Amino acid sequence: MKKLMTGNEAIAYGAYINGVRVGVAYPGTPSTEIMENYARYPGVAAEWAPNENVAMDVGIGAAYAGSRALVAMKHVGVNVAADSLFYVVYTGLKGGLVIVTSDDPGMHSSQNEQDNRNYAKFAKLPMLEPANSEEAKQFVGIALEMSEAFDTPVMLRTVTRLSHSSSIVEVSEEGPPALQENHVFYERNASKFVMVPANARRRHPVIEERLKKLAEFAEGSPINRIEPGDNRIGIVASGAVYQYAREVFPEATFLKLGMVYPLPEKLIHQFASQVKTVIVIEELDPFFEEQIKLRGIPARGKEIFPITGELSPALIRECAASSGLIPALAARTEAAAAAAAAAELPIRPPILCPGCGHRGMFHVFRESGALVLGDIGCYTLGSAPPLSAMHTTGCMGASIGVAHGVARAGVKDRIIAVIGDSTFFHSGIHPLINILYNQSNVTVVIADNSVTAMTGHQQHPGTGITLQQKVTKAINLEQLVKSLGFEKVDTCDPYDLASLSRTLDDHLESGKPSVIIARRPCVLYTRQKSTPPRVDVELCINCGTCLEIGCSPLIQEEDHVAIDPVLCNGCGLCIQVCPSGAIIKE
Amino acid sequence: MKNIDILMAGVGGQGTILASNILTEVGLELKYNVKKSEVHGMAQRGGTVESHVRWGDEVHAPLIEQGYADYLIGFEMLETARWPSYIKKGAPVIINSYQIPPPSVNLGKAKYPSKEEIESILTAAGGKVIWVEGTKIAEELGNPAAAGVVLLGVVSNMLGGDEGIWQKVIQSLVPERFLELNRKAFQAGRALEVA
Repeated sequence: MKKLMTGNEAIAYGAYINGVRVGVAYPGTPSTEIMENYARYPGVAAEWAPNENVAMDVGIGAAYAGSRALVAMKHVGVNVAADSLFYVVYTGLKGGLVIVTSDDPGMHSSQNEQDNRNYAKFAKLPMLEPANSEEAKQFVGIALEMSEAFDTPVMLRTVTRLSHSSSIVEVSEEGPPALQENHVFYERNASKFVMVPANARRRHPVIEERLKKLAEFAEGSPINRIEPGDNRIGIVASGAVYQYAREVFPEATFLKLGMVYPLPEKLIHQFASQVKTVIVIEELDPFFEEQIKLRGIPARGKEIFPITGELSPALIRECAASSGLIPALAARTEAAAAAAAAAELPIRPPILCPGCGHRGMFHVFRESGALVLGDIGCYTLGSAPPLSAMHTTGCMGASIGVAHGVARAGVKDRIIAVIGDSTFFHSGIHPLINILYNQSNVTVVIADNSVTAMTGHQQHPGTGITLQQKVTKAINLEQLVKSLGFEKVDTCDPYDLASLSRTLDDHLESGKPSVIIARRPCVLYTRQKSTPPRVDVELCINCGTCLEIGCSPLIQEEDHVAIDPVLCNGCGLCIQVCPSGAIIKE
Repeated sequence: MKNIDILMAGVGGQGTILASNILTEVGLELKYNVKKSEVHGMAQRGGTVESHVRWGDEVHAPLIEQGYADYLIGFEMLETARWPSYIKKGAPVIINSYQIPPPSVNLGKAKYPSKEEIESILTAAGGKVIWVEGTKIAEELGNPAAAGVVLLGVVSNMLGGDEGIWQKVIQSLVPERFLELNRKAFQAGRALEVA
């Protein structure tokens, strides 16, 4: 039966039908839906971990115990999990372990566009990259078999356009193979699983030998293949980029790589001998190009195609035409003029949703004049105009540590570190301990919207619900923070601007490390909505104060402000900031 | 069978993802090979969103190339005008007469383009502009959020396929409590006489 699936859905399905029993992830675009979909299959244990490192260790434990396991994360999540990734390559495992890295070329929703193919080379493990949803499903099965046959974890790389693109997948009526209960047991083997130096030294040559065997496997695996065509141009490509290149070079000979590390050396030589010019088309780093050139094969790649950003069929066509690989493109003068006019249109960056509790919080931050060291989540949008009330964002959990460092440097500003609830559970607890241990005057504001909002409302350790919708113990933020020893801990509703402002001032003036929990559940999640207020045009002095909170339903009309009732959530924030009492609750 | 490329543009939260899911499933029902691409995550939060749907015999890339879109469906006026480079000459541009001013416009730092300016950009690129009061029609049916399905009703007349196929797909993708609304929204769009 044919079914449309996104790459993420297909990975989840592939894991299910290939007998993966344990799946673990922390949400992160574009990987999130892998675990959300996997969790819906019967008989599987699927969990959100507090962060990717925990997810990786849980997956490793399951694989040590003989279960097939799937761990999924976005590209930067692998940085968080890297310590564990490197040791499991040394130990190997018993059940197959597939680690999905979802990269984000073009940075649709990320702080960088690192190319995680480099992790395969760095950590010394094989990596597969599917080019459509059907392959995504199949490659999970191949990766699991490889994992068990070679005693290694296997990485499966996707990019945004694979994870979030849909194509047809063949699905069967049959479920996964029956679980062999006797297969799951922990076999104690300390010399393999205890990575003290003496054992690790023995393991390293094993890993090098394994890579050679994997390279040999890559030569014969059907997931690496030469697709014969016109021999003037030979294209090397993998993943989504292979599909783009197929559109632009329908006649060319292709080396389609399903396994991106280690590379099949003999196959590459064979391919190169069949074509006049080898062209490598790959997004981000010259990962294939460098390895191909190292083997003494002349190839062109990054001199033609950009190293930054996301590729597309149109961009590949344009680059190919300017370098003479294909005939020059017909000029589209009129369309170009229209595109130039379109480029002048006002841009529309993402903004906080109407009714978002973060808006009130950032309004108060801005009014306070404090320095705000920020973190990753919807609230990162508080850095954008007109709120402009967040001054750094680096990675998950960075806010509190950076704030402490800024304080240590001796700046005179009052200092706020702002971090979301899910991000706090992810990586905020250790730096919070640090500001207490090393005593800085940082006020930490936990922006608690009671869900992992930005990735689409996933549960986390504070929500009291698991990924598979079981009621569980909810970690109480106030109790957690107080138990560490913080003396100054308050909880505020960011809809109540006056109260939050008073509390913030009190904390900032205290000179002590302190915590404010700004709690207002995400309205997109609760679907809470109140009647929109209206603007009394007689009272509106058109001062623009309400527009400074950056709420999209507030619209500037000719000589007053209006509220679009379609967009408005009725949170009442604008009523509080209006100096002339012109916005009236119905 | 030739390829049919449909680009959708709008503001995050307007329902472009549901609409692109409907189009993709209808393509599958009509025995096309189909691909779809969209971006989730941060861009959802009130920002510019675009969604690519491709039907055809053989479809490789999930992304439409500039100059190849057979249809452009715009959920919001300004957002529709952002993509003229994608339009194929003579392609219908189905555009919802609805404005959501971006922050820069509300803060007086930029001007929202007039209806004429938007139409001229799209026409210059070769598009055949069709205005639809999608949000207004959906509001009259009880919920402006169904505007996208009104637009699909309009485009369904051009794309072909029995109404039954479209309604079946809508039924399979829309939650029960919104089903009646979306059925009516689709019919209202399909019944519109457009040039």
